[in-house]
Amino acid sequence: MTDSTVVGSLSTPHRGLPSHTAAIPSLPVSASPVYLDAATAAPMHPVARQALLAALDDGWADPGKLYTQARRARQLLDAAREATALTLGVRADEVSFTPSGTTAAHGAVLGGLAGRRRVGSTLVHSAIEHSAVLHAAERHVAGGGTATAVPVDRSGRLDLTAWSTAVRAPGVALAALITASHEVGTVQPVAEAASACADVGVPLYVDAAQSVGRVPLPAGWSVLTASAHKWGGPPGVGVLAVRKGTRWESPWPADERESGRTPGVVNLPAVVAAAASLRAAAADAAAEASRLEPLVDRIRARVAAEVPDVEVVGDPVLRLPHLVTFSCLYVDGEALLHALDRRGFAVSSGSSCTSSTLRPSHVLEAMGVLSHGNVRVSLHRETTEADVERFLTELPGIVAGLRAEAGVVGL
Amino acid sequence: MPDEVIDCRGQRCPLPVIAAARRMPEVPVGTVVRVLADDPAAAVDIPAWCRMRGHEYLGSVNGPEGPAYDVRRTH
Repeated sequence: MTDSTVVGSLSTPHRGLPSHTAAIPSLPVSASPVYLDAATAAPMHPVARQALLAALDDGWADPGKLYTQARRARQLLDAAREATALTLGVRADEVSFTPSGTTAAHGAVLGGLAGRRRVGSTLVHSAIEHSAVLHAAERHVAGGGTATAVPVDRSGRLDLTAWSTAVRAPGVALAALITASHEVGTVQPVAEAASACADVGVPLYVDAAQSVGRVPLPAGWSVLTASAHKWGGPPGVGVLAVRKGTRWESPWPADERESGRTPGVVNLPAVVAAAASLRAAAADAAAEASRLEPLVDRIRARVAAEVPDVEVVGDPVLRLPHLVTFSCLYVDGEALLHALDRRGFAVSSGSSCTSSTLRPSHVLEAMGVLSHGNVRVSLHRETTEADVERFLTELPGIVAGLRAEAGVVGL
Repeated sequence: MPDEVIDCRGQRCPLPVIAAARRMPEVPVGTVVRVLADDPAAAVDIPAWCRMRGHEYLGSVNGPEGPAYDVRRTH
């Protein structure tokens, strides 16, 4: 899934503070890389690698054909679908594999709207949906439909009263809610939002990209999407689950594959790897959450205590186990990412200078929190306590160096 | 109406916020400073900075000079 918070190309000229690099020591060759951007893409799970290699030998044929090689491919695809359905708690025929999490989200939104166009043409969504959902909403509006964005509070949690009012309005075809914010980690009140939708017969689509394989899924949804590279599967595999009885109609040109929900032959080796790694990730999810939650608590506490003028954002309790976001006052987000990168730390940012559009993150904007100097840290199964400690040890000096260089100390 | 105007047009965030922060201690308490800033992040960051620093954010205006943000020094 493309992510609005991904840092721009390293070759992009810096657009903020001039000559910010001088105060930062250059990267020693020995600084080992610490990857802290799992919310964009988690490192591939060893099970995924193993399954991918095996499936390259057995899964190259078109599973829709009627010869031996195709039947072998079909068996692999069926097994992947069964395993994924089991983890999601749905029936196998409710699951389709898509070419990415983004196309799954596009299909969920546009297909959910198409299936209920006789009821109306309004999409209700939270203000903090992933850009893939918002881009599908823009397409819907450009085609004559309407979209209602429901606000969140300062912690990034959905305003349930506004949500209930919005879904009750006449002509609502679909409601979309992210299970937990991909930018700040705040878990959304999906069960309550689903109940408000059920009261008025509006189907609920949940973008579960940050939850699947990590935390238990909420109940009450009609359509769900996820993205394999968020849980340690390969990039280029999305999941679209449509519950039985949901009025959902494919927005794409007709194709019989994947129950008609997404066109084109699937990347079967990648799908097999995605399913195998999902099963592995889900099996370890509770233990991993217990391991990562205290590390995120430590980051929240230490960043707030040891970096002056910092705002740690998102709900401190009702949050994802692996993700934390903070903003450093007077610091340029792009300069901060590059300074961290030079010290071996890979993180993401919602600051405007790090986005290709030069707009601040719509999530931080909706929350009304500082958008510059923003850093999102997201942990994964390979993240160690030592990685987190090194980050926490180096961060205050890196921020102080940037502030000294910009002449903003004491402001 | 503002007592004075800081022109930060063409500057990327965090520069408009930094300019406001530099000016604030130099003006008397109660002064309303208008920050002209066309970077879209200023719409988020100037109110957030006011909240963090305890100054009063009076709101934004979109006049002939582009987006502007009014801040009153409160301490």
